[in-house]
Amino acid sequence: MSNRKTTGNTRELTEEVPRLRLHRFLFRGAPTLAQREQRLAYLLLGPPSLIVLALIIFPMLWNFWLAFHRVRLLDLRRFAWWQLEATLNNFITVFMHHDLWPALRATLLYTTCGTLLALLMGLGAAMMVHSHFRGRGLIRSAFLIPYIAPIVAVAFAWRFILDPRGVLVAGLLGAGILEQPINLLSQRPWAMISLIAFEGWRYFPFDFLFILARLQAIPPVFYEAAAVDGATPLQKFFYVTLPQLKLVLATLLLLRFMWTFNKFDDVFLVTRGTAGTRVLTMKVYDFLIGEFNVGAGAAMALVLFTVLGLLLYVYFRVVMGRAEKE
Amino acid sequence: MNRERSERAILRVLHGVGLLFFIFLVAFPFYWMLVASLKPLIVLAMNPLDLWLRPGEFTLRAYKEIWIQFRFGSYFANSAYVGALTVLLTVTFATLGAYTIARLRFRGRGFLSRSILVVYMFPAIVIAVPMYTLYTKFGLRNDLHGLILIYLAQTLPVAIYMLHSYFKTLPPNLEEAGLIDGCTRLMVIRRITIPLSLPAIASVALYTFMIAWNEFLFAFLFLDSPSKFTLSRGIMQIADNINVSQQLLMAAAVIATVPVIVLFLIFERYLVGGLTTGASKG
Repeated sequence: MSNRKTTGNTRELTEEVPRLRLHRFLFRGAPTLAQREQRLAYLLLGPPSLIVLALIIFPMLWNFWLAFHRVRLLDLRRFAWWQLEATLNNFITVFMHHDLWPALRATLLYTTCGTLLALLMGLGAAMMVHSHFRGRGLIRSAFLIPYIAPIVAVAFAWRFILDPRGVLVAGLLGAGILEQPINLLSQRPWAMISLIAFEGWRYFPFDFLFILARLQAIPPVFYEAAAVDGATPLQKFFYVTLPQLKLVLATLLLLRFMWTFNKFDDVFLVTRGTAGTRVLTMKVYDFLIGEFNVGAGAAMALVLFTVLGLLLYVYFRVVMGRAEKE
Repeated sequence: MNRERSERAILRVLHGVGLLFFIFLVAFPFYWMLVASLKPLIVLAMNPLDLWLRPGEFTLRAYKEIWIQFRFGSYFANSAYVGALTVLLTVTFATLGAYTIARLRFRGRGFLSRSILVVYMFPAIVIAVPMYTLYTKFGLRNDLHGLILIYLAQTLPVAIYMLHSYFKTLPPNLEEAGLIDGCTRLMVIRRITIPLSLPAIASVALYTFMIAWNEFLFAFLFLDSPSKFTLSRGIMQIADNINVSQQLLMAAAVIATVPVIVLFLIFERYLVGGLTTGASKG
């Protein structure tokens, strides 16, 4: 220890706490405090950055490469990457696919309606739980449960509930609303309606949580001032509450739209893509697993990503641009 | 004043009705899941509207069968292993990383704290195809550790973001006092920051566990051999088997759901606070 070259400052520090071998090892030869701090920062951020880089950023780029090459599932083992042939055929396959435009339509319908339904339900639930009553804390936690339960478990429960011989159809028949059983999961347009209902049920807790947090942050003075002006409860809602929620509602709409647009699990598990619910993400799966066509799957994913990017661009230019002008 | 009073009355009724509606909506699928796992299918099929559980009418046979004959014991163990290891690694890396971004000065800090959530926006389905090819090539595909790596990458950005916004709310004086008294940064993190942030860390741990335990897409795409199945993958496996009844499938669903709900109800207080800390700011 004593034969190491140290400046006055670092010597005092290391002599005072001599057992910190790890620390010394890390900062051997680092001259200034600022530089040591920087070294430590890179060391601590290294592992997480590397993981994210290797498992998210790199695959995104790799997907780009795959989309422009002829890759079948079997080629993965047989050939080295550089032996694969560059091609534009994947995109021709994707765009010429008979199912593409219906899938795009289904995706937009499912995404728009699902997002809006979840948002409205979240807003409604948040308004219910906002006022004080007994058992409020418990209800607030309970409302989050649809969102945290395993998707496979709740999707199968819904499938059985919506079954033609299941409890819902039996109830509707018993109440005289239906005259004969219908298949809510494989009949147009019921499959899409069921899927959207599931989406609302599963994801309203997310919106609920954030809207409730924002509701509780509205200063009570606003309501008091409105009361002084003689505002009725509904007027308070439209002129005080809603304007205060505008930002959180817009943010949630954007986030949930993006996530729903890219949802695969829910559609795959609830309706299996039948009766007009085959969305774009399911086509990625179809190409990859159904046709063993890795290149087309990658191209489809790239198209999905591009469409989403375009929608977001439009959203930011039009909606946010207008909001800023106001 | 008249309008005010009538609106109040209507809203009170709406509030009560709406609350009951939401409670029913949320609880029904779970209650039905439980009933369907306990009542034999024949009894339930005869009268699908009778959802009461009378003593003597239900049986735990489906649970026993699914746990032993259909190997759900081993799927459960796999899910627990994946969940625990993901939580351990994410919490460790995220605590250190979040502290770094919140407190240390280094080049690239601004860029990192701004771009960290962007990563979270990248959809899983776009990463699925390239990861499938990469994992097949490197032999990580049918491997729980490959899955854990993916879950790590998916949870780390959010975990770091959540913890870093929490660390920023802590007063820096305590840490400075520690540094002056001769602690290193790592000691400060261990002795001061972590004890002060236990609620936030618990909420990150719960969030991570839920992601790892519930995840479906990658587990479904990547796992081939039943000895490596997680619960989500295991349920898909038995769902394809025509000999498996609705009752067995629902027993499996209950087994997969109960641990998450129990953990959630225990840690819920922390989670709700932790998730919205950043959001309520504006």
